[in-house]
Amino acid sequence: MSSADLTSERDLPPEREATAKGDVAPERDGPRDTGMDDASLHRWLARTWRTPPGIIGALSSVDHKVVARRYLITAFVFLCLGGLNAVAMRIQLSGPQRGLIGPDLYNQLFTMHGVTMMFLFAVPIVQATGIYLVPLMVGSRNIAFPRLNAFSYWIYVSGGLFAWVSFALSMAPDVGWFAYVPLSGPEFGPGKRADVWAQMITYTEVSSLAVAVATIVTVFKQRAPGMSLDKIPLYVWALLVTSFVVVFAMPAVMITSTFLILDRLVGTHIFNPAEGGDALLFQHLFWFFGHPEVYIIFLPATGMVSAIIPAFARRPAFGHLGLVLSLIAVGFLSFGLWVHHMFATGLPKLGASFFTASSMLIAIPNGVQIFCWLATLWDGRPVIRTPLLFVFGFFFIFVIGGLTGVMLASVPLDLQVHDTYFVVAHFHYVLIGGSVFPLLGAAYFWFPKITGRMMSERLGHWHFWLAFIGFNAAFFPMHLVGLWGMPRRVYTYPAELGWGNINLFITGGAVLFFLSFVLFTLNLVHGALKGAPAGDNPWDAGTLEWATSSPPPSYNFARIPIVTNVEPLWAEREVLPVATGLRVDVRELLISTVAEAHPDIREKSATPSIWPLFAAIAVGGTFLYSIFTPWAIVWGAAPIAITLIGWFWPKDTPEDEE
Amino acid sequence: MKQRPVADLSGLPSFGLGPRSPTWWGTLGFMALEGMGFALAAGAYLYLATLWPNWRLSAPEPNHWPGTIVTLLLIVSLVPNHILNGYAKQCAIGPVRIGMVVMSLLGIAPLIVRWFEFPTLNIYWDTNAYGSMLWVLLGLHTTHLITDVGETIVLTVLMFTRHAYSGRRFGDVGDNAFYWDFVVLTWIPIYLLIYWMPRLG
Repeated sequence: MSSADLTSERDLPPEREATAKGDVAPERDGPRDTGMDDASLHRWLARTWRTPPGIIGALSSVDHKVVARRYLITAFVFLCLGGLNAVAMRIQLSGPQRGLIGPDLYNQLFTMHGVTMMFLFAVPIVQATGIYLVPLMVGSRNIAFPRLNAFSYWIYVSGGLFAWVSFALSMAPDVGWFAYVPLSGPEFGPGKRADVWAQMITYTEVSSLAVAVATIVTVFKQRAPGMSLDKIPLYVWALLVTSFVVVFAMPAVMITSTFLILDRLVGTHIFNPAEGGDALLFQHLFWFFGHPEVYIIFLPATGMVSAIIPAFARRPAFGHLGLVLSLIAVGFLSFGLWVHHMFATGLPKLGASFFTASSMLIAIPNGVQIFCWLATLWDGRPVIRTPLLFVFGFFFIFVIGGLTGVMLASVPLDLQVHDTYFVVAHFHYVLIGGSVFPLLGAAYFWFPKITGRMMSERLGHWHFWLAFIGFNAAFFPMHLVGLWGMPRRVYTYPAELGWGNINLFITGGAVLFFLSFVLFTLNLVHGALKGAPAGDNPWDAGTLEWATSSPPPSYNFARIPIVTNVEPLWAEREVLPVATGLRVDVRELLISTVAEAHPDIREKSATPSIWPLFAAIAVGGTFLYSIFTPWAIVWGAAPIAITLIGWFWPKDTPEDEE
Repeated sequence: MKQRPVADLSGLPSFGLGPRSPTWWGTLGFMALEGMGFALAAGAYLYLATLWPNWRLSAPEPNHWPGTIVTLLLIVSLVPNHILNGYAKQCAIGPVRIGMVVMSLLGIAPLIVRWFEFPTLNIYWDTNAYGSMLWVLLGLHTTHLITDVGETIVLTVLMFTRHAYSGRRFGDVGDNAFYWDFVVLTWIPIYLLIYWMPRLG
């Protein structure tokens, strides 16, 4: 095939009659990849799958890697902003009765720190990692519903902007990240601050729900031939289970925030005990989401650990089935724990005992995972590189967080330390240990795939030790000061209580921890600009994302790989078995069956479109307007409908018509 | 990496209907999360109902007739909905066009009755929490009704254009029929909760 063929008509005359029955126009066949030489194949696919040039092209991109990169960078920016909130609070608390920050700003700071870290950093970044990696790991060319995926990013950005612009205008929420009523209700939450909380939640949850559905369908229907359920990589399993948890947990917080905004805006009484409502209902609904939320953040991190450990232990994960079953068990059990956040509300004793038992129960599948990882390392020949260092840090910190978790599951202890720094220490050990450390390891591990360059190992080691020491120096003493009685969410404390020195020490640790992120940023920038070229598979790892070039081309794989093993690249070291027969002139990918991943359909994947951005602007504008008047929903309906019709109306491309 | 072709996909069809297609699974995913929303709203109603011994908080009984008419209309609409789904599977354009028009009308009809249903709840949303929950439950279902009817109408128009002769479009019709089942199914528990639970106690 010559280059002239590429400029010829997009659709070649049909070679064979389509077999579809009924009133369906016959498929206009195009060139296939069968027998095509590598150079022509690359030219065809690159032209078919590229993101169009120019600003409109960039805004229309539906490439999962482009969208994921944007997500990753945006979430990292929010991590830095949330981190700066924390540094500001730590400076205020570094000594008794410091006057740097007043109570009003302090309330906004800890609320913004919480909502930013939970809704704008942690959930989006684990989902973004999945958006990048899942289609590559299952051997597909794009995520399912790529336009929905692009839409989710724009909604997420508008939610983040909304929250942070509000903060700049001193109208940020000041009611804590879980915004309990009656504090956030119409009676005690004047102004628009609690409304900002409620609608920011709606934006970010719409976004994560969309990503969850796209991820589930990608895993169910777009796996490479041969990747039956038992050959799905552990990381993909983790994202699949997480997405299911999102689907069943996130509606709870959307219901909560919608009820809250209805109470505040149109005078319903759902949370008002004076008119037959109930304030505790808010807590039940919120934590029915809030506890699974912890696992939404944690499960993908365990998937990362399950990807990193085999690569550096040089053997497949020990107990693959046990690891998968643990993931599923944790997913289910995560819905049975929410009441342990409410032990101090005076619930019936039997109920409290049940939730104590279930809180301890979830330690079992998590323990199984830890022992499987240890066995993998024990039996392997571990190569200590930066990603593995962060995994070790994860073990150490997360196990401590798990132990204080088991302590807090018992009601008498929980009542004593409720709302103290002991709880702050516990959940930072769980969240930073359980999620941020694996994420940092994952950053070092997959950075070469995303950029084609390596990060510095030397800086990486410095980064790890600075982060590890800084983290423990900042958060371990919080256990002590919590046991001494220091409550969370106070903007200062009197000198007589004697908490001054330990708080100064904590602030020192926090600064070290912050500096570790500065070092990380330097390493990212240095790696992206001057890192050593990575090649396709720098770690000699076994999963499919390493089978393609770094960074991967727009179409991911020139031909769809065929999977024979859970670590396909270790099973087929020299030559990758592939499937042929897909069209190269349109965006075609392979749909397979759910359980066995038998090839089933040559499906067209959506082309780039600006409409998801317009739809996100319409939806975002409606949400924003709705904190002022309920009529926003009525006025917003028309632009939303128009943009959605624009999105779904066929555009005369083969992708839309065939 | 070097590649070794071992399988040929060229004979595969370019579309599939029902559970073979990703869109069907996506629709199912959205049903799951929306169904969860319904379940939680219903749960909140039951939570408040069991919390207050004098539930209904001295409010008058809602008049069930408009709600019952909506229920009957929705149940009746399932028949043409499934006939339409059958024609979509056969990719038969003529009957599908008729079916889509019928389903659009059968979507608008309960919406009209719904307009009269809100006042017959006999309570406002801001009277007390019982009123709030009735309006929330009815509002939640009405939102689904409106969006699905809107989608059905757009798809009906689309099926009368040249874009209609595509397997993908017949798949859309099938998924739309599938979603309508969900809209009808979610209404039944809400109907019982709003109109018949107060009559029980």
